[in-house]
Amino acid sequence: MGDILVLAEHRQGVLRDISFEMMAIAPKVAEAMGGEVKVLVIGSGIDELAKKMSEYGVKVIAVDDQLFEDFNAEKYQKALSALLDDLKPAVLMTGQTAQGVDFMPALAVEKNLPYVAEAIDINYEDGTLKATRNIYSGKVNATVAFKPADTCLVTIREGAVEAPEPAASGDVEKMDSPLKEDIPYRKFVEYIEAEVGDVDITQSEILVSVGRGLKEDKNLPDIEELAKAIKADIAGSRAATDAGWIPHDRQVGTSGKTVKPKLYLALGISGAFQHLAGMKGAKTIVAVNKDPEAPIFAVADYAIVDDMFKVVPALTEKLKELKG
Amino acid sequence: MKTVVCIKYVPDTSEAEVKVNPDGKTVDDSRFSFDINDADNYAVEESVLIKEDKGGEVDVLSIGPKQSEVMIRMAMAKGCDRATRVEDDRIAEHDPLLVAKVLAGALKEKEFDLVFTGCWGDDFNHMSTGVALAEYLGVNHASMVKKVEVLDGKVRAHRELEGGLMEVVELELPAVLTIQTGINEPRYAPIRGIRQAQKKELNVVSLDDLGVDPAEVSVDASQVVLENLYIPEVESAAEFIEGEPEEKAEKLASILTKGGLV
Repeated sequence: MGDILVLAEHRQGVLRDISFEMMAIAPKVAEAMGGEVKVLVIGSGIDELAKKMSEYGVKVIAVDDQLFEDFNAEKYQKALSALLDDLKPAVLMTGQTAQGVDFMPALAVEKNLPYVAEAIDINYEDGTLKATRNIYSGKVNATVAFKPADTCLVTIREGAVEAPEPAASGDVEKMDSPLKEDIPYRKFVEYIEAEVGDVDITQSEILVSVGRGLKEDKNLPDIEELAKAIKADIAGSRAATDAGWIPHDRQVGTSGKTVKPKLYLALGISGAFQHLAGMKGAKTIVAVNKDPEAPIFAVADYAIVDDMFKVVPALTEKLKELKG
Repeated sequence: MKTVVCIKYVPDTSEAEVKVNPDGKTVDDSRFSFDINDADNYAVEESVLIKEDKGGEVDVLSIGPKQSEVMIRMAMAKGCDRATRVEDDRIAEHDPLLVAKVLAGALKEKEFDLVFTGCWGDDFNHMSTGVALAEYLGVNHASMVKKVEVLDGKVRAHRELEGGLMEVVELELPAVLTIQTGINEPRYAPIRGIRQAQKKELNVVSLDDLGVDPAEVSVDASQVVLENLYIPEVESAAEFIEGEPEEKAEKLASILTKGGLV
Protein backbone atom coordinates (compact mmCIF):
# COMPACT_ATOMS: atom_id res chain seq x y z
CA MET A 1 0.00 0.00 0.00
CA GLY A 2 1.00 3.60 -0.40
CA ASP A 3 2.85 2.95 -3.63
CA ILE A 4 3.64 5.78 -6.01
CA LEU A 5 3.26 4.84 -9.65
CA VAL A 6 5.29 7.18 -11.85
CA LEU A 7 4.52 7.13 -15.55
CA ALA A 8 7.81 7.90 -17.31
CA GLU A 9 7.66 9.96 -20.49
CA HIS A 10 9.67 9.31 -23.62
CA ARG A 11 9.48 10.43 -27.21
CA GLN A 12 11.26 9.24 -30.32
CA GLY A 13 13.25 6.73 -28.28
CA VAL A 14 14.49 9.15 -25.63
CA LEU A 15 13.35 9.57 -22.02
CA ARG A 16 12.31 13.15 -21.36
CA ASP A 17 13.80 15.14 -18.46
CA ILE A 18 10.51 15.15 -16.54
CA SER A 19 10.87 11.39 -16.06
CA PHE A 20 14.08 11.94 -14.08
CA GLU A 21 12.77 15.05 -12.30
CA MET A 22 9.90 13.03 -10.84
CA MET A 23 12.55 10.85 -9.17
CA ALA A 24 13.24 13.86 -6.91
CA ILE A 25 9.65 13.90 -5.67
CA ALA A 26 8.24 10.36 -5.79
CA PRO A 27 10.66 8.69 -3.31
CA LYS A 28 10.03 11.16 -0.47
CA VAL A 29 6.27 10.82 -0.90
CA ALA A 30 6.52 7.02 -1.03
CA GLU A 31 8.60 7.00 2.13
CA ALA A 32 6.12 9.21 3.96
CA MET A 33 3.23 7.03 2.79
CA GLY A 34 5.00 3.79 3.66
CA GLY A 35 5.05 2.50 0.11
CA GLU A 36 7.48 2.16 -2.74
CA VAL A 37 8.08 3.88 -6.05
CA LYS A 38 7.19 1.96 -9.18
CA VAL A 39 7.98 3.40 -12.56
CA LEU A 40 5.77 2.55 -15.49
CA VAL A 41 7.24 2.69 -18.98
CA ILE A 42 4.76 2.20 -21.81
CA GLY A 43 5.96 1.92 -25.41
CA SER A 44 7.31 -0.34 -28.08
CA GLY A 45 10.94 -1.51 -27.97
CA ILE A 46 11.61 0.12 -24.61
CA ASP A 47 14.16 -2.22 -22.96
CA GLU A 48 16.84 0.46 -22.79
CA LEU A 49 14.45 3.08 -21.44
CA ALA A 50 13.14 0.71 -18.75
CA LYS A 51 16.68 -0.20 -17.72
CA LYS A 52 17.67 3.45 -17.48
CA MET A 53 14.74 4.23 -15.18
CA SER A 54 15.58 1.19 -13.01
CA GLU A 55 18.95 2.83 -12.28
CA TYR A 56 17.09 5.01 -9.80
CA GLY A 57 16.81 1.92 -7.59
CA VAL A 58 13.15 1.47 -8.33
CA LYS A 59 11.00 -1.29 -9.67
CA VAL A 60 10.15 -0.67 -13.30
CA ILE A 61 7.04 -2.06 -14.93
CA ALA A 62 7.48 -2.22 -18.69
CA VAL A 63 4.48 -2.53 -20.98
CA ASP A 64 6.16 -3.22 -24.29
CA ASP A 65 3.72 -3.55 -27.15
CA GLN A 66 3.49 -2.45 -30.77
CA LEU A 67 0.18 -0.78 -29.96
CA PHE A 68 2.18 1.85 -28.11
CA GLU A 69 4.67 2.65 -30.83
CA ASP A 70 3.46 6.25 -30.88
CA PHE A 71 1.83 8.24 -28.11
CA ASN A 72 -1.94 8.16 -28.26
CA ALA A 73 -3.93 9.71 -25.39
CA GLU A 74 -6.85 7.33 -25.84
CA LYS A 75 -4.66 4.25 -25.64
CA TYR A 76 -2.79 5.60 -22.63
CA GLN A 77 -6.06 6.33 -20.87
CA LYS A 78 -7.37 2.82 -21.52
CA ALA A 79 -4.13 1.17 -20.42
CA LEU A 80 -3.82 3.28 -17.27
CA SER A 81 -7.46 2.75 -16.37
CA ALA A 82 -6.84 -1.02 -16.31
CA LEU A 83 -3.46 -0.70 -14.58
CA LEU A 84 -4.94 1.42 -11.77
CA ASP A 85 -7.47 -1.33 -11.05
CA ASP A 86 -4.70 -3.90 -11.12
CA LEU A 87 -1.89 -2.16 -9.24
CA LYS A 88 -3.95 0.08 -6.94
CA PRO A 89 -1.24 2.69 -6.35
CA ALA A 90 -1.91 5.43 -3.80
CA VAL A 91 -0.66 8.00 -6.32
CA LEU A 92 -0.33 8.09 -10.10
CA MET A 93 2.18 10.73 -11.12
CA THR A 94 3.27 11.97 -14.53
CA GLY A 95 4.44 15.19 -16.16
CA GLN A 96 2.34 18.26 -16.95
CA THR A 97 3.55 17.98 -20.51
CA ALA A 98 1.90 17.86 -23.92
CA GLN A 99 1.54 14.15 -23.18
CA GLY A 100 0.30 14.30 -19.57
CA VAL A 101 -2.27 17.04 -20.17
CA ASP A 102 -3.74 15.04 -23.05
CA PHE A 103 -5.07 12.16 -20.94
CA MET A 104 -4.80 12.76 -17.18
CA PRO A 105 -7.92 14.98 -16.83
CA ALA A 106 -9.96 12.45 -18.83
CA LEU A 107 -8.63 9.57 -16.74
CA ALA A 108 -9.56 11.43 -13.55
CA VAL A 109 -13.11 11.95 -14.83
CA GLU A 110 -13.44 8.35 -16.02
CA LYS A 111 -12.26 6.88 -12.73
CA ASN A 112 -13.85 9.58 -10.55
CA LEU A 113 -10.54 10.20 -8.79
CA PRO A 114 -9.07 13.41 -7.36
CA TYR A 115 -6.69 15.19 -9.72
CA VAL A 116 -4.25 18.05 -9.24
CA ALA A 117 -2.59 19.40 -12.36
CA GLU A 118 0.84 20.94 -12.51
CA ALA A 119 2.09 20.55 -8.98
CA ILE A 120 5.53 21.97 -8.26
CA ASP A 121 5.84 19.79 -5.16
CA ILE A 122 3.92 17.11 -3.28
CA ASN A 123 4.04 16.21 0.39
CA TYR A 124 2.28 13.74 2.63
CA GLU A 125 1.55 15.21 6.05
CA ASP A 126 -0.72 14.02 8.85
CA GLY A 127 -2.38 11.46 6.63
CA THR A 128 -3.14 13.91 3.84
CA LEU A 129 -1.51 14.23 0.46
CA LYS A 130 -0.95 17.86 -0.49
CA ALA A 131 0.24 19.49 -3.67
CA THR A 132 1.76 22.92 -4.13
CA ARG A 133 0.73 24.79 -7.28
CA ASN A 134 1.98 28.05 -8.72
CA ILE A 135 -0.74 30.27 -10.22
CA TYR A 136 -1.65 33.83 -11.32
CA SER A 137 1.37 34.41 -13.58
CA GLY A 138 3.65 32.68 -11.08
CA LYS A 139 2.91 35.23 -8.35
CA VAL A 140 0.87 33.09 -5.99
CA ASN A 141 1.29 29.56 -4.61
CA ALA A 142 -1.66 27.39 -3.70
CA THR A 143 -1.74 24.43 -1.35
CA VAL A 144 -4.27 21.86 -2.51
CA ALA A 145 -5.19 18.79 -0.45
CA PHE A 146 -6.47 15.55 -1.95
CA LYS A 147 -9.54 14.06 -0.31
CA PRO A 148 -9.05 10.38 0.57
CA ALA A 149 -9.34 8.16 -2.52
CA ASP A 150 -8.07 4.84 -3.86
CA THR A 151 -5.62 6.68 -6.11
CA CYS A 152 -4.69 10.37 -6.26
CA LEU A 153 -3.76 11.65 -9.73
CA VAL A 154 -1.17 14.38 -10.14
CA THR A 155 1.00 15.93 -12.83
CA ILE A 156 4.30 17.66 -12.11
CA ARG A 157 5.49 20.88 -13.74
CA GLU A 158 8.52 20.45 -15.99
CA GLY A 159 11.70 21.88 -14.55
CA ALA A 160 10.16 22.45 -11.09
CA VAL A 161 12.90 20.39 -9.43
CA GLU A 162 16.38 19.20 -10.32
CA ALA A 163 16.64 15.60 -11.42
CA PRO A 164 18.73 13.56 -8.95
CA GLU A 165 21.58 11.31 -10.08
CA PRO A 166 20.77 7.62 -10.49
CA ALA A 167 21.77 5.78 -7.30
CA ALA A 168 21.20 2.05 -7.40
CA SER A 169 19.99 -0.71 -9.65
CA GLY A 170 16.44 -1.96 -9.67
CA ASP A 171 14.40 -4.58 -11.44
CA VAL A 172 12.42 -4.46 -14.62
CA GLU A 173 9.24 -6.47 -14.71
CA LYS A 174 7.47 -6.96 -18.02
CA MET A 175 3.74 -6.78 -18.04
CA ASP A 176 1.34 -7.67 -20.84
CA SER A 177 -0.45 -4.78 -22.45
CA PRO A 178 -3.87 -4.32 -20.88
CA LEU A 179 -4.94 -2.93 -24.28
CA LYS A 180 -5.41 -5.68 -26.81
CA GLU A 181 -6.49 -3.92 -29.96
CA ASP A 182 -6.05 -0.65 -31.78
CA ILE A 183 -8.67 2.06 -31.51
CA PRO A 184 -10.22 3.42 -34.70
CA TYR A 185 -11.33 6.90 -33.63
CA ARG A 186 -8.02 8.53 -32.85
CA LYS A 187 -4.99 7.95 -35.05
CA PHE A 188 -1.44 9.18 -34.81
CA VAL A 189 -0.48 10.54 -38.24
CA GLU A 190 3.04 11.94 -38.04
CA TYR A 191 5.50 14.21 -36.31
CA ILE A 192 6.42 17.45 -38.02
CA GLU A 193 9.79 18.88 -37.00
CA ALA A 194 10.05 22.59 -36.22
CA GLU A 195 11.07 24.86 -39.08
CA VAL A 196 14.69 25.85 -39.21
CA GLY A 197 15.27 29.59 -39.41
CA ASP A 198 18.14 31.79 -40.55
CA VAL A 199 19.75 31.97 -37.12
CA ASP A 200 20.14 29.11 -34.65
CA ILE A 201 19.68 30.92 -31.34
CA THR A 202 20.93 27.89 -29.38
CA GLN A 203 24.39 28.76 -30.74
CA SER A 204 24.25 32.52 -30.05
CA GLU A 205 26.80 34.07 -27.67
CA ILE A 206 24.58 37.03 -26.85
CA LEU A 207 20.80 37.17 -27.07
CA VAL A 208 18.57 40.20 -26.83
CA SER A 209 15.15 38.77 -26.08
CA VAL A 210 11.82 40.59 -26.03
CA GLY A 211 8.43 39.78 -24.57
CA ARG A 212 4.94 41.17 -24.23
CA GLY A 213 6.46 44.47 -23.06
CA LEU A 214 7.49 45.26 -26.65
CA LYS A 215 3.79 46.09 -27.18
CA GLU A 216 3.97 46.36 -30.99
CA ASP A 217 6.35 45.54 -33.80
CA LYS A 218 7.01 49.16 -34.62
CA ASN A 219 9.08 49.21 -31.43
CA LEU A 220 11.47 46.61 -32.85
CA PRO A 221 14.02 49.07 -34.35
CA ASP A 222 15.13 50.10 -30.83
CA ILE A 223 15.83 46.45 -30.08
CA GLU A 224 17.58 45.84 -33.40
CA GLU A 225 19.79 48.84 -32.77
CA LEU A 226 20.85 47.46 -29.38
CA ALA A 227 21.44 43.98 -30.82
CA LYS A 228 23.58 45.44 -33.59
CA ALA A 229 25.69 47.46 -31.12
CA ILE A 230 26.66 44.35 -29.16
CA LYS A 231 26.57 41.82 -32.02
CA ALA A 232 23.67 39.94 -30.48
CA ASP A 233 20.94 37.86 -32.05
CA ILE A 234 17.32 38.67 -31.33
CA ALA A 235 14.99 36.16 -29.69
CA GLY A 236 11.61 36.34 -27.98
CA SER A 237 9.20 34.86 -25.49
CA ARG A 238 6.03 33.01 -26.48
CA ALA A 239 4.07 36.28 -26.30
CA ALA A 240 6.44 37.90 -28.80
CA THR A 241 6.30 35.01 -31.27
CA ASP A 242 2.53 34.51 -30.91
CA ALA A 243 2.11 38.19 -31.76
CA GLY A 244 4.24 37.73 -34.87
CA TRP A 245 6.95 40.21 -33.80
CA ILE A 246 9.64 37.53 -33.69
CA PRO A 247 9.90 34.41 -35.90
CA HIS A 248 8.76 31.17 -34.23
CA ASP A 249 12.15 29.50 -34.59
CA ARG A 250 13.52 32.18 -32.26
CA GLN A 251 11.16 31.41 -29.39
CA VAL A 252 12.88 30.71 -26.08
CA GLY A 253 11.14 28.35 -23.67
CA THR A 254 9.75 24.84 -23.29
CA SER A 255 7.75 24.99 -26.50
CA GLY A 256 10.67 26.62 -28.32
CA LYS A 257 14.42 26.53 -27.78
CA THR A 258 16.58 26.06 -24.73
CA VAL A 259 19.46 28.53 -24.91
CA LYS A 260 22.67 28.96 -22.94
CA PRO A 261 24.31 32.15 -24.23
CA LYS A 262 27.00 33.93 -22.25
CA LEU A 263 24.72 36.97 -22.00
CA TYR A 264 20.90 37.06 -22.11
CA LEU A 265 19.12 40.40 -22.04
CA ALA A 266 15.44 39.91 -21.21
CA LEU A 267 13.52 43.03 -22.18
CA GLY A 268 9.85 43.32 -21.21
CA ILE A 269 9.68 39.61 -20.42
CA SER A 270 7.75 38.78 -17.24
CA GLY A 271 9.30 35.32 -17.00
CA ALA A 272 6.62 32.63 -17.16
CA PHE A 273 8.17 29.38 -15.95
CA GLN A 274 8.08 27.99 -19.49
CA HIS A 275 10.33 30.87 -20.54
CA LEU A 276 12.64 30.54 -17.52
CA ALA A 277 13.09 26.85 -18.28
CA GLY A 278 14.48 27.81 -21.66
CA MET A 279 17.01 30.44 -20.58
CA LYS A 280 18.01 30.02 -16.93
CA GLY A 281 21.17 28.25 -18.07
CA ALA A 282 22.50 31.50 -19.57
CA LYS A 283 25.77 32.58 -17.93
CA THR A 284 24.72 36.14 -17.21
CA ILE A 285 21.11 37.32 -17.25
CA VAL A 286 20.03 40.94 -17.40
CA ALA A 287 16.33 41.71 -16.99
CA VAL A 288 14.53 44.97 -17.67
CA ASN A 289 10.87 45.02 -16.70
CA LYS A 290 8.60 47.67 -15.23
CA ASP A 291 6.85 45.16 -12.95
CA PRO A 292 8.99 44.73 -9.79
CA GLU A 293 7.14 41.44 -9.10
CA ALA A 294 8.07 39.91 -12.47
CA PRO A 295 9.34 36.33 -11.95
CA ILE A 296 12.18 37.00 -14.42
CA PHE A 297 14.02 38.87 -11.63
CA ALA A 298 14.34 35.61 -9.68
CA VAL A 299 16.83 34.30 -12.23
CA ALA A 300 18.47 37.61 -13.18
CA ASP A 301 22.02 38.65 -12.27
CA TYR A 302 21.37 42.31 -13.05
CA ALA A 303 17.93 43.81 -12.77
CA ILE A 304 16.40 47.09 -13.85
CA VAL A 305 12.84 47.92 -12.82
CA ASP A 306 11.81 50.48 -15.39
CA ASP A 307 10.17 51.13 -18.74
CA MET A 308 12.26 49.31 -21.33
CA PHE A 309 11.66 52.06 -23.88
CA LYS A 310 13.36 54.58 -21.61
CA VAL A 311 16.28 52.29 -20.79
CA VAL A 312 17.05 50.58 -24.10
CA PRO A 313 17.91 53.59 -26.33
CA ALA A 314 20.13 55.06 -23.59
CA LEU A 315 21.80 51.68 -23.11
CA THR A 316 22.49 51.37 -26.83
CA GLU A 317 24.06 54.84 -26.97
CA LYS A 318 26.22 54.21 -23.93
CA LEU A 319 27.39 50.81 -25.18
CA LYS A 320 28.30 52.29 -28.57
CA GLU A 321 30.31 54.97 -26.78
CA LEU A 322 32.13 52.55 -24.47
CA LYS A 323 32.89 50.04 -27.19
CA GLY A 324 34.10 52.86 -29.41
CA MET B 1 -20.05 22.82 -39.08
CA LYS B 2 -21.48 23.55 -35.69
CA THR B 3 -18.83 24.77 -33.31
CA VAL B 4 -19.08 25.70 -29.66
CA VAL B 5 -16.32 27.85 -28.22
CA CYS B 6 -15.89 27.92 -24.43
CA ILE B 7 -14.33 31.09 -23.08
CA LYS B 8 -13.43 32.48 -19.68
CA TYR B 9 -13.19 35.98 -18.26
CA VAL B 10 -9.90 36.17 -16.35
CA PRO B 11 -7.83 38.80 -14.56
CA ASP B 12 -4.63 39.99 -16.20
CA THR B 13 -2.03 39.43 -13.49
CA SER B 14 1.00 39.51 -15.78
CA GLU B 15 1.98 43.01 -14.68
CA ALA B 16 -0.20 43.47 -11.61
CA GLU B 17 0.65 43.23 -7.96
CA VAL B 18 -1.24 40.26 -6.53
CA LYS B 19 -2.40 40.23 -2.90
CA VAL B 20 -4.02 37.36 -1.06
CA ASN B 21 -7.22 38.23 0.81
CA PRO B 22 -7.39 37.68 4.59
CA ASP B 23 -9.45 34.51 3.97
CA GLY B 24 -6.27 33.00 2.55
CA LYS B 25 -8.22 31.40 -0.27
CA THR B 26 -8.84 34.17 -2.76
CA VAL B 27 -6.86 37.06 -4.19
CA ASP B 28 -7.87 40.70 -4.10
CA ASP B 29 -9.10 41.20 -7.66
CA SER B 30 -10.56 44.68 -7.12
CA ARG B 31 -7.77 46.35 -9.09
CA PHE B 32 -7.26 43.80 -11.83
CA SER B 33 -8.38 44.36 -15.37
CA PHE B 34 -10.36 41.41 -16.70
CA ASP B 35 -10.62 40.17 -20.26
CA ILE B 36 -10.88 37.01 -22.31
CA ASN B 37 -8.33 34.34 -21.41
CA ASP B 38 -5.49 34.59 -23.92
CA ALA B 39 -5.77 31.10 -25.41
CA ASP B 40 -9.59 31.41 -25.54
CA ASN B 41 -9.17 34.48 -27.73
CA TYR B 42 -7.37 32.31 -30.27
CA ALA B 43 -10.11 29.67 -29.90
CA VAL B 44 -12.75 32.28 -30.81
CA GLU B 45 -10.77 33.28 -33.90
CA GLU B 46 -10.31 29.65 -34.96
CA SER B 47 -14.04 28.97 -34.63
CA VAL B 48 -14.87 32.02 -36.77
CA LEU B 49 -12.24 31.06 -39.38
CA ILE B 50 -13.82 27.61 -39.68
CA LYS B 51 -17.29 29.11 -40.01
CA GLU B 52 -16.02 31.43 -42.76
CA ASP B 53 -14.37 28.52 -44.56
CA LYS B 54 -16.94 25.74 -44.13
CA GLY B 55 -20.13 27.58 -43.23
CA GLY B 56 -22.16 26.79 -40.15
CA GLU B 57 -22.58 28.40 -36.79
CA VAL B 58 -20.59 29.20 -33.69
CA ASP B 59 -22.03 29.23 -30.19
CA VAL B 60 -20.22 30.82 -27.28
CA LEU B 61 -20.38 29.18 -23.86
CA SER B 62 -19.01 30.83 -20.74
CA ILE B 63 -19.32 30.55 -17.00
CA GLY B 64 -18.96 33.95 -15.42
CA PRO B 65 -20.42 37.10 -13.95
CA LYS B 66 -22.55 39.77 -15.62
CA GLN B 67 -19.42 41.86 -16.30
CA SER B 68 -18.10 39.15 -18.61
CA GLU B 69 -20.84 39.95 -21.12
CA VAL B 70 -18.50 42.59 -22.58
CA MET B 71 -16.18 39.73 -23.57
CA ILE B 72 -19.06 37.60 -24.87
CA ARG B 73 -20.41 40.46 -27.01
CA MET B 74 -16.92 40.97 -28.40
CA ALA B 75 -16.76 37.31 -29.49
CA MET B 76 -20.13 37.74 -31.19
CA ALA B 77 -18.89 40.94 -32.84
CA LYS B 78 -16.11 38.88 -34.38
CA GLY B 79 -18.59 36.43 -35.88
CA CYS B 80 -19.94 34.06 -33.24
CA ASP B 81 -23.71 33.67 -33.58
CA ARG B 82 -25.16 33.31 -30.11
CA ALA B 83 -24.08 32.79 -26.54
CA THR B 84 -24.92 31.11 -23.29
CA ARG B 85 -23.62 32.50 -20.03
CA VAL B 86 -23.85 30.31 -16.96
CA GLU B 87 -24.02 32.27 -13.74
CA ASP B 88 -24.22 30.36 -10.51
CA ASP B 89 -22.19 30.99 -7.38
CA ARG B 90 -22.49 27.35 -6.30
CA ILE B 91 -19.90 26.16 -8.86
CA ALA B 92 -16.50 25.08 -7.48
CA GLU B 93 -14.38 27.38 -9.64
CA HIS B 94 -11.09 26.03 -8.35
CA ASP B 95 -11.76 22.55 -9.72
CA PRO B 96 -11.45 22.30 -13.53
CA LEU B 97 -13.12 18.87 -13.52
CA LEU B 98 -16.29 20.31 -11.98
CA VAL B 99 -16.16 23.35 -14.26
CA ALA B 100 -16.01 20.86 -17.15
CA LYS B 101 -19.00 19.03 -15.71
CA VAL B 102 -21.03 22.24 -15.79
CA LEU B 103 -19.97 22.93 -19.39
CA ALA B 104 -20.93 19.36 -20.31
CA GLY B 105 -24.32 19.94 -18.70
CA ALA B 106 -24.79 23.01 -20.89
CA LEU B 107 -23.86 21.04 -24.02
CA LYS B 108 -25.78 17.85 -23.47
CA GLU B 109 -28.83 18.95 -25.45
CA LYS B 110 -26.77 20.68 -28.14
CA GLU B 111 -25.66 19.38 -31.51
CA PHE B 112 -22.05 20.13 -32.34
CA ASP B 113 -19.19 18.94 -34.52
CA LEU B 114 -16.43 20.74 -32.69
CA VAL B 115 -15.96 22.24 -29.26
CA PHE B 116 -13.03 24.58 -28.71
CA THR B 117 -11.54 25.75 -25.43
CA GLY B 118 -8.29 27.58 -24.80
CA CYS B 119 -5.62 25.03 -23.90
CA TRP B 120 -4.78 26.79 -20.68
CA GLY B 121 -6.08 29.41 -18.30
CA ASP B 122 -4.01 32.47 -17.47
CA ASP B 123 -5.33 32.37 -13.90
CA PHE B 124 -4.94 28.77 -12.64
CA ASN B 125 -3.09 27.07 -15.56
CA HIS B 126 -4.58 23.62 -15.00
CA MET B 127 -4.80 22.79 -18.73
CA SER B 128 -7.53 20.36 -17.76
CA THR B 129 -10.99 21.71 -18.53
CA GLY B 130 -11.21 20.87 -22.25
CA VAL B 131 -9.88 17.32 -21.92
CA ALA B 132 -12.17 16.63 -18.94
CA LEU B 133 -15.10 18.09 -20.91
CA ALA B 134 -14.47 15.64 -23.76
CA GLU B 135 -14.60 12.75 -21.30
CA TYR B 136 -17.92 13.93 -19.82
CA LEU B 137 -19.35 14.33 -23.34
CA GLY B 138 -17.96 10.97 -24.44
CA VAL B 139 -16.27 12.44 -27.53
CA ASN B 140 -12.74 12.58 -28.92
CA HIS B 141 -10.27 15.27 -28.01
CA ALA B 142 -6.83 16.66 -28.71
CA SER B 143 -5.07 19.23 -26.57
CA MET B 144 -2.60 22.06 -27.31
CA VAL B 145 -3.71 22.36 -30.91
CA LYS B 146 -1.85 24.75 -33.19
CA LYS B 147 -3.43 23.87 -36.53
CA VAL B 148 -6.90 22.55 -37.35
CA GLU B 149 -7.78 20.83 -40.63
CA VAL B 150 -11.44 19.91 -40.98
CA LEU B 151 -11.93 16.85 -43.19
CA ASP B 152 -15.02 14.81 -44.02
CA GLY B 153 -16.32 13.54 -40.67
CA LYS B 154 -12.87 13.94 -39.20
CA VAL B 155 -10.47 16.58 -37.99
CA ARG B 156 -6.71 16.67 -38.19
CA ALA B 157 -5.22 18.42 -35.19
CA HIS B 158 -1.59 19.50 -35.02
CA ARG B 159 -0.60 19.30 -31.36
CA GLU B 160 2.28 21.48 -30.19
CA LEU B 161 4.77 19.39 -28.25
CA GLU B 162 7.84 20.61 -26.41
CA GLY B 163 10.73 21.97 -28.45
CA GLY B 164 8.51 23.06 -31.35
CA LEU B 165 7.74 19.51 -32.53
CA MET B 166 4.20 18.96 -33.88
CA GLU B 167 2.22 15.76 -33.41
CA VAL B 168 -0.49 15.33 -36.02
CA VAL B 169 -3.50 13.28 -34.93
CA GLU B 170 -6.71 12.42 -36.74
CA LEU B 171 -9.96 12.31 -34.79
CA GLU B 172 -13.46 11.29 -35.72
CA LEU B 173 -15.98 14.08 -35.13
CA PRO B 174 -17.44 15.30 -32.89
CA ALA B 175 -14.38 16.34 -30.95
CA VAL B 176 -13.12 18.78 -28.36
CA LEU B 177 -9.92 20.65 -29.26
CA THR B 178 -8.01 22.77 -26.76
CA ILE B 179 -6.46 25.61 -28.71
CA GLN B 180 -2.92 26.86 -28.20
CA THR B 181 -1.94 30.54 -28.50
CA GLY B 182 -0.34 31.59 -31.78
CA ILE B 183 -2.54 29.30 -33.92
CA ASN B 184 -3.90 32.33 -35.81
CA GLU B 185 -4.00 36.11 -35.65
CA PRO B 186 -7.07 37.12 -33.64
CA ARG B 187 -8.92 39.87 -35.50
CA TYR B 188 -10.17 43.14 -34.12
CA ALA B 189 -13.94 43.30 -34.03
CA PRO B 190 -15.30 45.42 -36.90
CA ILE B 191 -17.57 48.35 -35.96
CA ARG B 192 -20.47 46.80 -37.85
CA GLY B 193 -19.94 43.54 -35.98
CA ILE B 194 -19.99 45.35 -32.65
CA ARG B 195 -23.37 46.87 -33.52
CA GLN B 196 -24.76 43.52 -34.70
CA ALA B 197 -23.49 41.75 -31.61
CA GLN B 198 -25.82 43.79 -29.41
CA LYS B 199 -28.80 42.16 -31.14
CA LYS B 200 -27.50 38.58 -30.99
CA GLU B 201 -28.99 36.06 -28.59
CA LEU B 202 -27.34 35.83 -25.17
CA ASN B 203 -29.01 33.45 -22.75
CA VAL B 204 -28.19 33.62 -19.07
CA VAL B 205 -28.77 30.34 -17.26
CA SER B 206 -28.32 28.84 -13.81
CA LEU B 207 -27.44 25.27 -12.84
CA ASP B 208 -31.15 24.63 -12.29
CA ASP B 209 -31.90 25.76 -15.85
CA LEU B 210 -29.27 23.35 -17.13
CA GLY B 211 -30.55 20.49 -15.04
CA VAL B 212 -27.18 20.16 -13.33
CA ASP B 213 -27.43 19.16 -9.68
CA PRO B 214 -25.61 21.88 -7.71
CA ALA B 215 -24.52 19.28 -5.16
CA GLU B 216 -22.48 17.55 -7.87
CA VAL B 217 -20.46 20.61 -8.88
CA SER B 218 -20.10 22.46 -5.59
CA VAL B 219 -17.01 22.94 -3.47
CA ASP B 220 -18.16 20.03 -1.31
CA ALA B 221 -18.36 17.79 -4.38
CA SER B 222 -14.78 18.53 -5.31
CA GLN B 223 -12.26 15.82 -4.49
CA VAL B 224 -9.58 18.40 -3.88
CA VAL B 225 -9.56 21.12 -1.25
CA LEU B 226 -7.99 24.50 -1.84
CA GLU B 227 -6.34 24.97 1.56
CA ASN B 228 -4.58 28.26 1.17
CA LEU B 229 -2.94 30.77 -1.12
CA TYR B 230 0.27 32.56 -0.33
CA ILE B 231 2.87 34.72 -2.00
CA PRO B 232 5.99 32.59 -2.54
CA GLU B 233 9.25 33.98 -1.29
CA VAL B 234 11.36 34.84 -4.27
CA GLU B 235 15.04 34.53 -3.68
CA SER B 236 16.55 36.92 -6.14
CA ALA B 237 20.31 37.11 -6.24
CA ALA B 238 20.07 39.94 -8.74
CA GLU B 239 21.86 43.23 -8.33
CA PHE B 240 19.13 45.84 -8.75
CA ILE B 241 20.45 48.85 -10.60
CA GLU B 242 18.91 52.08 -9.30
CA GLY B 243 18.52 55.63 -10.54
CA GLU B 244 16.83 57.49 -13.36
CA PRO B 245 16.39 55.47 -16.57
CA GLU B 246 19.50 57.05 -18.14
CA GLU B 247 21.62 56.42 -15.06
CA LYS B 248 20.49 52.83 -14.96
CA ALA B 249 21.38 52.40 -18.63
CA GLU B 250 24.78 53.95 -18.04
CA LYS B 251 25.55 51.75 -15.03
CA LEU B 252 24.46 48.64 -16.90
CA ALA B 253 26.54 49.56 -19.95
CA SER B 254 29.55 49.96 -17.72
CA ILE B 255 28.96 46.61 -15.95
CA LEU B 256 28.60 44.83 -19.29
CA THR B 257 31.71 46.32 -20.86
CA LYS B 258 33.93 46.11 -17.77
CA GLY B 259 32.87 42.52 -17.17
CA GLY B 260 33.79 41.63 -20.74
CA LEU B 261 30.21 40.51 -21.36
CA VAL B 262 29.82 42.45 -24.60
